[in-house]
Amino acid sequence: MNMNTFAASVLVTVGLYGCGAETDQAEPVGGASGLELAEEQVLRWGNGAEPGSLDPHRTQGVPGSNIGRDLFEGLMSEAPDGTVIAGAAESWEISDDGRTYRFSLRPEARWSNGDPVTADDFVYSLRRSLDPATLSNYTFILNPILNAEAVAAGELPTSEVGVRALDTHTLEIRLENITPYFLGLLTHSASYPVHPPSAEAHGNQYARPGNMVSNGAYRLEEWVVQSHVKLVRNEHYWDNGHTTIDEVWYYPTEDQTAELSRFRAGELDLSNAIPKRQVDWIRENLPEELVISPYLGTYYFGFNLTRPPFQDNPELRRALALAVDRDIITGQVTNAGEVPAYGWVPPVQNYTGQQMPEAAWTQEERVEEARRLYALAGYSEENPLRTRILYNTQEDHRRIAVAIASMWKQTLGVEVEILNQEWKVFLDTRQQKIETELYRSGWIGDYNDAYTFAELFGSGSGLNHTGYSSPDYDRLLREASAEGDMKRRAELLQQAERVLVEDLPIMPLYFYVTARLVRPWVGGYTPNIMDHHRSQNFHILKH
Amino acid sequence: MFRYATRRLLGALPTLLILLALAFFLIRVAPGGPFDAERALLPEIEANLRAAYHLDEPLYQQFGRYLWGLLQADFGPSFQYRDFSVTELIMTGFPVSLRLGGSAMALALLFGITAGSIAALRQNTRADYAVMSASMTGISIPNFVMAPLLILVFAVYLGWLPAGGLGDGSPRNMVLPVIALALPQIAYISRLTRGSMIEVLRSNFIRTARAQGLPMRKIVLRHALKPALLPVVSYLGPATAAVITGSVVIEQIFGVPGLGRFFVQGALNRDYTLVMGVVVFYGVLIIVFNLLVDLAYAWLDPKVKYS
Repeated sequence: MNMNTFAASVLVTVGLYGCGAETDQAEPVGGASGLELAEEQVLRWGNGAEPGSLDPHRTQGVPGSNIGRDLFEGLMSEAPDGTVIAGAAESWEISDDGRTYRFSLRPEARWSNGDPVTADDFVYSLRRSLDPATLSNYTFILNPILNAEAVAAGELPTSEVGVRALDTHTLEIRLENITPYFLGLLTHSASYPVHPPSAEAHGNQYARPGNMVSNGAYRLEEWVVQSHVKLVRNEHYWDNGHTTIDEVWYYPTEDQTAELSRFRAGELDLSNAIPKRQVDWIRENLPEELVISPYLGTYYFGFNLTRPPFQDNPELRRALALAVDRDIITGQVTNAGEVPAYGWVPPVQNYTGQQMPEAAWTQEERVEEARRLYALAGYSEENPLRTRILYNTQEDHRRIAVAIASMWKQTLGVEVEILNQEWKVFLDTRQQKIETELYRSGWIGDYNDAYTFAELFGSGSGLNHTGYSSPDYDRLLREASAEGDMKRRAELLQQAERVLVEDLPIMPLYFYVTARLVRPWVGGYTPNIMDHHRSQNFHILKH
Repeated sequence: MFRYATRRLLGALPTLLILLALAFFLIRVAPGGPFDAERALLPEIEANLRAAYHLDEPLYQQFGRYLWGLLQADFGPSFQYRDFSVTELIMTGFPVSLRLGGSAMALALLFGITAGSIAALRQNTRADYAVMSASMTGISIPNFVMAPLLILVFAVYLGWLPAGGLGDGSPRNMVLPVIALALPQIAYISRLTRGSMIEVLRSNFIRTARAQGLPMRKIVLRHALKPALLPVVSYLGPATAAVITGSVVIEQIFGVPGLGRFFVQGALNRDYTLVMGVVVFYGVLIIVFNLLVDLAYAWLDPKVKYS
């Protein structure tokens, strides 16, 4: 983002990492059987940025959520492969109209101080999460719950949230509408329970070691900002018997090159990411440690549809979208196994992604069609399109923008200016839709369902920075969100995606991947599309 | 001397106030706000957040509130690190930066002054050229290149020292960051010492001392070193303040939890209170260190007297 990117680029320029190899293993991992456990069960994660908060209702961003999954357990949890499974609730019933959920909590579930986890705790917590006084940025996750939006906006008291305890271990949640992905939302930190007496006693300082009482597999032992977060086993956790890792350390590792060094020096068991420009070196030297898997995100360029040249000009948008050779972008620029994208929704569950029809063509055919459409839009070599790409300052974004600008120049003769802005300035400029013509963006889904992508380009969406407004698209979105039949719902969302790739308010470029380094003795690492992991599913093999 | 120091510190108050006002208004003028994010917040929620942090009040009122807080040593809550107050963040970051920066400066002084003096005494010899080329290299190689190089050699290949982090706080974890921080300082200090030492060695009182047949070691240590250190001391004031308030590059590369990152991250995230806190803290340190420099002058140079 800032100096580290610069530093990293210099590093690569001087080729500091171009030499050397890892030391050999002395004995086989996992002993003779390959399954023997190490004596010390300590897991050390590189965790990207420093978390903004560890209070599940005040946290924002991935690093805080990663730690939250170890500390807390929502009504629902996720299996290592990402499948939604029972969490603090052992079973649940959904009413015929799909709007009332009744959860039976595990009677054996305990807080880290030994108190039982009750339905009242969840009522308290969901109210707290939505209470404007909590200052949560993620209340929208709970929007499907009856009155949640009005409570978060301060229009109704928290007692009006559609949640109540029927008895100590039975919780009822009423929804505004049918929400087929609702159970998945209950794995999100905004829905985690907090221990009411501790939260009341400590207020804003609930998330401190010593103050925090949590119900997950681990409890907070130490937190030194910018240094580490240390968790230790929660002996009271209901499934403690199946937990192997005793201690978990999360290190902030913002600088990926520095993270790679720490991994190579043996200080991390799993890295958060890899420095993109060292992928080739990593492939060659750490092939066994490198794990690449699909991730729930799409990288794209958005067109500003409220102003010329892209307003009312679908031919031009299509021409530009076709003239980009995505194989070159993913194969030579990003280079970590990203998947070229001709559609908007990445491979989420219960859904078949829709693509631009030209996805099946060769790049030569696409370029030919791009030239035809470019001319049709009234541009030529003598009268080229002059436009600019806006991106938030980061080396990887710059490289992609430069590659695309040169492809457009080469195939169509487009004159492109590339403009970078610091993140907060970028957000401001994009929001205003005045200077922006084309902007870089990426979207990581909030939950494993096509709707988290589809909703972005609804007319009223706070994430729709293109100004795109299609009655057809909005109607399909509305119908899909009210549809109880999963198959029919998927069809509606697929139709919506087809409308989107026909209108092209955006130009999808690639689907993200998670690329990280994992030590050979780390057992239990299961890549999943949400990149959600819980340390309780891991173990360290003898090494 | 005491009266002089008090007068200086009181005189610094208006400077500090101007610094405060500039930082306060400038960061608010910067486009983007603390609550801007990829997913824009609902207007009601954003309004609620702004009210909670008093950002909905007129600017002069916010400034007044901030100053009032400062008088009570309250830097306000951090917008980004929401579980901590700015005072707590500074109090956790500063000891680390102080330890790191203090050790680096001590190391830099020891090696810088020694190398600079040797170079001056052996002017235009191999030793001089060696010291000067080494220091030129030290100045030219930025620490974002030097730091990863040190990690690569001493942590990854040789495995002698940790590659990053604070560990259990043992000195082992501090060695590489301290060296990386000290190297450019050694380079500067040795060049400064050499220059002024050469000048001092040519002055009349040194010539007199030599004529009296005093041994060279005595001349240098007793007579030449003190005046030769004057430029080093002037450099040392702001440099020490800068080094002990943390270096973002070093902290990021070595994963050290110092103050420097708060500065940069605070500004990028529009964490107004955090930026203000670090600016005030840094401002006060600069003022204090400049005062110390002036006091040191009086000790080093008999011509300087404060009353």
